[in-house]
Amino acid sequence: MTPAIELSDVRKSFGATPIIRGVSLAIEAGTRQALIGPNGAGKSTLFNLITGKYPVTSGRIRVKGAAVTDLAPYEINRRGLARSFQVTNIFTRMSVFENIRCAVLWSAGYRYSFWHRISAARAVNERAETVLEQLNLTARRDVPAGVLSYAEQRALEIGITIAGGADVILLDEPTAGMSRSETEHVVGLIRQITAGKTLLMVEHDMSVVFDLADRIAVLVYGEVIAHDTPERIRANAAVQEAYLGVPQGGVA
Amino acid sequence: MSTPVATRPFAVAGVARAARVRRYGLWLAAAVVLLLLPQSVRTGTAIAVMNQMGIAVIFALSFNMLLGQGGMLSFGHAVYFGLGGFIAAHVLNMAGRGAIYLPVPLLPLVGGLGGLAFAALFGSFSTRRAGTVFSMISLGVAELMAASSLIFDKFFGGEEGITTNRSKAPLLLGLEFTRDRQVYYLIAFWLFVATLAMYAFSRTPVGRMANAVRDNPERAEFVGYSQHRVRFVSFCAAGFFAGIAGGLFAVNYEILTAENMGLNASGAVLLMAYIGGIGAFVGPILGAVVFTFLQSMLSDYTGMWLLYLGILFLATVLFVPMGLAGLLMLHAPVWRARRVGRLLGPYVLTGALGFVAAVGIIGLLEMVHFVAAGRTGTRRLFWLVVAPRTLMPWLGFAALVVAGAVGVRWTGPRAVAAFAEASRPGRP
Repeated sequence: MTPAIELSDVRKSFGATPIIRGVSLAIEAGTRQALIGPNGAGKSTLFNLITGKYPVTSGRIRVKGAAVTDLAPYEINRRGLARSFQVTNIFTRMSVFENIRCAVLWSAGYRYSFWHRISAARAVNERAETVLEQLNLTARRDVPAGVLSYAEQRALEIGITIAGGADVILLDEPTAGMSRSETEHVVGLIRQITAGKTLLMVEHDMSVVFDLADRIAVLVYGEVIAHDTPERIRANAAVQEAYLGVPQGGVA
Repeated sequence: MSTPVATRPFAVAGVARAARVRRYGLWLAAAVVLLLLPQSVRTGTAIAVMNQMGIAVIFALSFNMLLGQGGMLSFGHAVYFGLGGFIAAHVLNMAGRGAIYLPVPLLPLVGGLGGLAFAALFGSFSTRRAGTVFSMISLGVAELMAASSLIFDKFFGGEEGITTNRSKAPLLLGLEFTRDRQVYYLIAFWLFVATLAMYAFSRTPVGRMANAVRDNPERAEFVGYSQHRVRFVSFCAAGFFAGIAGGLFAVNYEILTAENMGLNASGAVLLMAYIGGIGAFVGPILGAVVFTFLQSMLSDYTGMWLLYLGILFLATVLFVPMGLAGLLMLHAPVWRARRVGRLLGPYVLTGALGFVAAVGIIGLLEMVHFVAAGRTGTRRLFWLVVAPRTLMPWLGFAALVVAGAVGVRWTGPRAVAAFAEASRPGRP
């Protein structure tokens, strides 16, 4: 089966500094996977390479079998890959509903249309309302996104990511800065919205990682040192050393 | 505009009907007002001012497609207004010679297509970037056109510009456009159609994505939209409607000069949109009406009208950045709670004191102007005859400034507090 995401010897340098140093990784379609690693390992950079935000220095990236290495973010998104951001990245002056609706438009085939009334785009509006309900944001429908609470904005961030119906979803620290109960809610949400899809997420909360991930990739100093099931990652000596400096009885 | 019923469980037929009445009623009322307006005035000057307003409203609305809705601050929007106007003027001359068949009512469309063509040309590279880069390119294009107007003087007519004659074009349905009043109805028609079209544009997929790209261009790219392409579409639409306004200008004034596409004209439309408020669709309409009114009134009374408009613009930016429309919308909750009465007292008091200060400032400025122009003797200022080369009027107007300013400092905060109190939700 064609992997949802396939990296072949991907490298990225900023100036003379190599950040990603030859990553080869295949994410099987239909799995939930986590990308973990210490701060500065290059996790967000790797996301930015896969989604087209940064160009690679060398190497190849494929999404669902098609080469996307030099494509712009919007072209990659149109192939069914969507991402969220570590720092909330929403349309602050538009209403919560409009935020979601904008994320639905392209996938619903409206492109750059100025000959459709958006209020008459039934499928788009219904999809946006459904996503709002999933996010528990229906009550905040008409509020400008910029005035939402932090946790609500994080939920909206995920909502914008999944609203277009992409089947490859990249989430960058979806639970960062959340309380335990908020985290639990988001984990439930992620599980629900990624059912039958491919998920790759960067996450620091190990309970979330081990709860959700079928497989875990460990990135250290721009190299994938392990890519395996949660049990085998937990027992992996190299991973323990990377995280804690010395081999110990298990990760976090 | 069918909102899915399932998602609005509380929407009942009555509410839907009320919404429909509100939606279409407003447009209908606007159409009726536009039709009846000429009946209410007697002088030709008033018609001429209204014609000028209609053109300015279309132009300002098209400008706000860029600034308010798309986040693009253009310093050269008059380029598309002017080019549309020049093209319309040339086409009108050709129609007058019988070289082509084109009746006057369709001429604004020619201007629009001209504006669109040049917006597509210049927009193809200027919309690659937002922010300062976009603004600088717009300034560059404006300078480019200013230089071109000297080089291509066959097309731009050099110093004298291009004159035309609307009465020589073929008639459509026997409609004549010899008098200002007849031109008024042509402008009113295009004003209505263009406003409706621009409003509709803001409610299309690409219109909404223009807002999204304004707010967060990066994220728009990650939901499938090229920010460049979205800005480009808005830019072309804005150029099209600016061109329509330019075409109407050609019909109305029968002359175009390079000034019409110069930096002053581009600055004026920025002022209009900003004074009216760029955050609301109606903002530029208010701004264009107020600006044109002040412009035509003030220029009758003083040679310094541009200075006063500049001061008005500064005051808007400093104290009411949301513009007139924003200020009005701020009062919507007060209006709904039926508490406007409570604001009347503090507002009238502050307004009166502000007026006193304004009279003082205008008096001083006019006297400076008088003396600086090397004139002697007396002149009329407001209801007074003053001698600017004596001390008394200076003291008098200075006293008004001080009294008004001190008064506003005292009553202003009270007015603001009264507003805060009145707009607090819940029962009094």
